[in-house]
Amino acid sequence: MSPINLRMLVPGQKANILKINAMGELGRRIRDMGLVPGTQLEVIGKAPLRDPVALRIEGTTIALRNSEADHIMVEVME
Amino acid sequence: MSQNCPHCGRNDAICAQFTEEQKKNGIRIALAGNPNCGKTTAFNFYTGSRQHVGNYPGVTVEKKEGWAQHPEHKVLMVDLPGTYSLTAYSMEEIVTREVLAPADEAARPRAVIDIIDSATLERSLLLAVQIRELGLPVVLACNMMDEARKVGMIIDLERLGKRFGARACATVARSGEGLPEALAVAIEEAQKPCEALTISYGPDLDPVLLEMSALIEERGILTDRYPARWTAVKILEGDSAVRAQVEDRDAEAARIMAAKRAELTAHLSATHDTTPDAVISDYRYGYINSVLKDGVIRKDNTRSRLAISDAIDKVLTHMLLGPVCMLGVLYFMFWATFELGSYPQGWVEDFFTFLGEMLAVAIPEGLLQSLVVDGIIGGVGGVLSFVPLIMIMFVFVSFLEDSGYMARMAYMLDRVMRLFGLHGSSVMPFIIAGGIAGGCAIPGVIATRTMRSEKEKMATMLTLPLMNCGAKIPVFLMLTAAFFAEDQAAIMFCITLSGWAAALIAARILRSTILRGESTPFVMELPPYRLPTLRSVVLHTWERGWMYIKKAGTVILTISVVLWAALTFPTLSDEQAAPYEQRLELIDTQLSAVNMEAESLKQRLEVLEKDSTPEASAERGEGLAKAKELYSRAIELEEEKSAVQNDLASAETRNTVGGRFGLFVEPFFAPLGFDWRTDVALLAGVAAKEAVLSTMGTAYSIGEVDPEEAESLGQRLAADPGWSKTTALALMLFVLIYSPCFVTLVVLKNEAGGWRWLFFSMVFNTGLAYCVAYIGTLVGRVLWG
Repeated sequence: MSPINLRMLVPGQKANILKINAMGELGRRIRDMGLVPGTQLEVIGKAPLRDPVALRIEGTTIALRNSEADHIMVEVME
Repeated sequence: MSQNCPHCGRNDAICAQFTEEQKKNGIRIALAGNPNCGKTTAFNFYTGSRQHVGNYPGVTVEKKEGWAQHPEHKVLMVDLPGTYSLTAYSMEEIVTREVLAPADEAARPRAVIDIIDSATLERSLLLAVQIRELGLPVVLACNMMDEARKVGMIIDLERLGKRFGARACATVARSGEGLPEALAVAIEEAQKPCEALTISYGPDLDPVLLEMSALIEERGILTDRYPARWTAVKILEGDSAVRAQVEDRDAEAARIMAAKRAELTAHLSATHDTTPDAVISDYRYGYINSVLKDGVIRKDNTRSRLAISDAIDKVLTHMLLGPVCMLGVLYFMFWATFELGSYPQGWVEDFFTFLGEMLAVAIPEGLLQSLVVDGIIGGVGGVLSFVPLIMIMFVFVSFLEDSGYMARMAYMLDRVMRLFGLHGSSVMPFIIAGGIAGGCAIPGVIATRTMRSEKEKMATMLTLPLMNCGAKIPVFLMLTAAFFAEDQAAIMFCITLSGWAAALIAARILRSTILRGESTPFVMELPPYRLPTLRSVVLHTWERGWMYIKKAGTVILTISVVLWAALTFPTLSDEQAAPYEQRLELIDTQLSAVNMEAESLKQRLEVLEKDSTPEASAERGEGLAKAKELYSRAIELEEEKSAVQNDLASAETRNTVGGRFGLFVEPFFAPLGFDWRTDVALLAGVAAKEAVLSTMGTAYSIGEVDPEEAESLGQRLAADPGWSKTTALALMLFVLIYSPCFVTLVVLKNEAGGWRWLFFSMVFNTGLAYCVAYIGTLVGRVLWG
């Protein structure tokens, strides 16, 4: 599978994080929440207005905006 | 004499046994952890009611300390803000660092109990790693063990402790299980020498870190506070706070290290397309993974503790059901607050009325009585009567926060709020401030504390006073009843909507001008739904409520006195009052004449009643007719008297500093159709919005106006040729938007951190109100001529 943007995933899809492209504060926050390369995630839902998106990582639910998901490259697992 | 510790090279005092002085003053133990890990519950368990809540100097991050029970030692527990990391991005993180490595050595905690959500061990250890890097002994309190066990998760605590270099305990903060043991271990660890954790940051960073640490050691930069390697890591991370501290001590070293960092950054970017802070984070997680590998955690992957939470989320954040449920929750919250709150609110009001009456009897009539009864009791009582409402509202807010629903509201509304430069978490403060008619801006401003993003927080704080708060409602009710009686409900609804529109648009303006900047990342955790404990809700509510009472209580007392003086002095001179006094005297003479005549007539009638002759009965008939006449004459005179008294009150108000101010600004507000009486009422409204109606009542000389029965004032205004639908509309818009009341302003000053925000808020809101009201006037003229 080729790397795609986290935004492209639909609820129910699982993926592996490959790379975080965000710099500075956003990058730090994303990493502090446990979103680091090698982590498995599952998209579990989207807000009523389709943004932000809710992810399941290691026993927690993390929400982030689509614009922030753009900085995260993933590989879909099937 | 202080010596250096053989293990960590730092001041001996950190690593030795407790001194007598420390034992006397209490051994400081810090409580750290991620948000939503049960840290507050643990803190409450340890300290019970022996806690002190305040603010860290200069910031609005809550500072909580309390005495914990321990069989041997006096323990001072310090509750740190919930954080995921120890960078310098949020206030909470900076504060946590300040507490863990303070400038004052004596204030340094001797050990840290890190409360860890067992289900998210990996992420939680990130904070523990950073605390260990700072050189403090850590106890890993693996919390929520009951939940973990329930889903078949087993943590090998011994192995975890050995690998991590810190002891681990199993705890359940809700029941207190394991917490005393964790404290005992912390006290034990605090008496042992400890060494800062050193982890490898890989072949690119390690040599640079080595060079930098050597330089820091050699020059002794901040080595009294931080381990040298920690400072070096922070410099590479690009931590602005540490960089500034280093620059302060040794500008040359700071330059050398900045150059090294720049070189490394360029190298990493060219070779690995990455940055130093990303590498540091990767290695920290790498270290944690190596700690957790082979068998520290065993879990049953078929069972998830989030199963129930996920099921609830399927409904509560559903595309259609989600928003519907949210509206339902909000509506219920407000309905309950005002339904339940009206009773205690009534009791508080009754109490202050009673107190006022008592004092009115005790203190002789005059200025002192007026100051105490009208000024102090009236002002302070008016504000304190809101306390029950605010307390009930806080119960709900605490419940929503602790249950995890608040995070879902932010999640659902973030997309909308972002359009206006705000954040999902701006919703709650807006709602508390009056998003559904009847809130209060004071707790609203305080509620912005939960927001982690500075610019959005400021924008939220500055615009939420535009909401339709409970104190503005009587003004709208009176004006709509007088001028728009046919569609009162619709107009009231439109006002609430106008509040939202004004606040959101104002936020957009602020975020595009003085608070310009990128939107802060949203990235947040949606914690699993939990039923909050009664204890935590009560404690939470009490903390916030008490803060409101304290702030409101001290400030409003001063304001009440000042406002009272402004609307009392200068009093009318004898000559100015003379025409009114003469008329009053004249009326009094006439009244007593009528009364005397009535008295003699009454005696005559009593005599006649016993007489049954036809003459007597004829005279009796005449007498009765006369009595009727006298009665209506007396009523006429009484009415005239109160009219003159009201005229006198109006003249008195006009003569005071406040009244003169009204006259002074009259030309300025004339385009909106306001005269001096409205202007002075608006001025009083800055002290407390409740004062708008009562001051208008005095100025329009109709005597006291009870805000709940303001029909008389409404009728008076409707009959006034100077008033029209257009004026009413302009006034409603103006009251909705103009300067927040004084208590809000003071709370805003504290929360925003500076007087300039207080003045900004007054000027900006009043300016905006003027513009909007003027537009309202133009629209009104088109609609109603």
